[in-house]
Amino acid sequence: MDLSPLLLSVKVAVISTAIVFVLGVFLAHLFAKRQFFGKSIFESLFLLPLVLPPTVVGFGLLILLGKKGWIGSWLLETFDIQIVFTWTAAVIASVVVSFPLMYQSAAAAFDSLDNKLGDAARTMGASEWRVFRTITFPLAWPGLLAGLVLSFARGLGEFGATLMLAGYIPGKTDTIPMAIYFAVEAGKMEKATFWVVIITALGFSTILWLNWWSKRNLRRFASEKR
Amino acid sequence: MLDVAIRKQLDHFELDVSFQAHDEIIVLAGSSGAGKTTILQAIAGLAEPDSGTITLNEKRFFDGKKNSLPARSRNIGYLFQEYALFPHMTVERNIHYGIHKQKTVATGFIIEQLLTVLGISHLLNKYPHQISGGEKQRVALARALAAEPDLLLLDEPLSALDEETREECQDELLRLHELWKIPFLIVTHSRSEAEKLGDRVLHLKKGLIVNESRGTMKEIPVH
Repeated sequence: MDLSPLLLSVKVAVISTAIVFVLGVFLAHLFAKRQFFGKSIFESLFLLPLVLPPTVVGFGLLILLGKKGWIGSWLLETFDIQIVFTWTAAVIASVVVSFPLMYQSAAAAFDSLDNKLGDAARTMGASEWRVFRTITFPLAWPGLLAGLVLSFARGLGEFGATLMLAGYIPGKTDTIPMAIYFAVEAGKMEKATFWVVIITALGFSTILWLNWWSKRNLRRFASEKR
Repeated sequence: MLDVAIRKQLDHFELDVSFQAHDEIIVLAGSSGAGKTTILQAIAGLAEPDSGTITLNEKRFFDGKKNSLPARSRNIGYLFQEYALFPHMTVERNIHYGIHKQKTVATGFIIEQLLTVLGISHLLNKYPHQISGGEKQRVALARALAAEPDLLLLDEPLSALDEETREECQDELLRLHELWKIPFLIVTHSRSEAEKLGDRVLHLKKGLIVNESRGTMKEIPVH
């Protein structure tokens, strides 16, 4: 059995989760507890991939990144870089569909923090970066971790947008969901079943671990929460 | 010396106060919503007044222009209502948070003294949720003073405590003030507390100082 779909899926999910984590935490922190004109529009845009069919997301990405797309044609002409039908395309598709989960979790985590804690740190001479590093981030961590794990699971299972942007090229863009779909189409039910079991086990253990971890760690701050 | 003269539009009235404080205990008294906490926040740099000036020992915190001194550079101790102890840090790390990296012998001595006076040495390894309300209050006081501030602001420091603990803590505050000799600015809505703690009591109503009295019951406990 060729295990490359497993390795590729994990590679794509890990890289996309890393990107989504940095981006989601940065934007959620930037937007947290600030009110400005257009905030709701930005936030709706961020969450849009959550409600759109993945094919629509894939279509949008093709328009942008396809060989004749706005960014895609420029990349191709200037740097001779092609994104569609590569594993990079799978990463981009994963980033876009899992970003809303990270953003939501991070925004909720930052919003629930007590402002006074940051203020207390500031009066004790802490810079904004130190406040973030020593107060905001560690206290928001349970929420951030939930977003991280959900994004990872979502990235692992991404199919629709990936199919449209990365296509199915065995050994190159065949993530597990892709392998399942094309195995069924080719009538290879055993192969499909194998991958179904693998991805279900992966997803289940991820969520199980998250639940276990958050129960254990939330108890530590429980009595301090208001 | 602290010199405050500020105006700030709040939801239902305009805050307009001016007062000075030497190395004494000034109590800002008044019912909730009179603008007491806003005054503390403006002095600490956590809220910006609309106009006016705030200076502490010749250091200009705010002069009505945009570039006011940020909270982190003001060297002020602030005891928050409900204390705002960092829940994920031990008492020891809470107290050391505001101390600069190059710890001197003097700093070590000051912390030792604080721990002794406040009787919290045995709590150093505990987390805030593992200690009582009175202990939290003492830890928060130690934390605010450990960075050797030039001014201490206290927002309803005793309101979360039961009667007996409150009296103990009032005595401790008076004793610490004797040792520290910096201006203490205490916000309270309790008349008896204002009279017991304050050298001067400023009575606030809808953003204005309507009356100033001297604390009548103040006596420093001997220990």
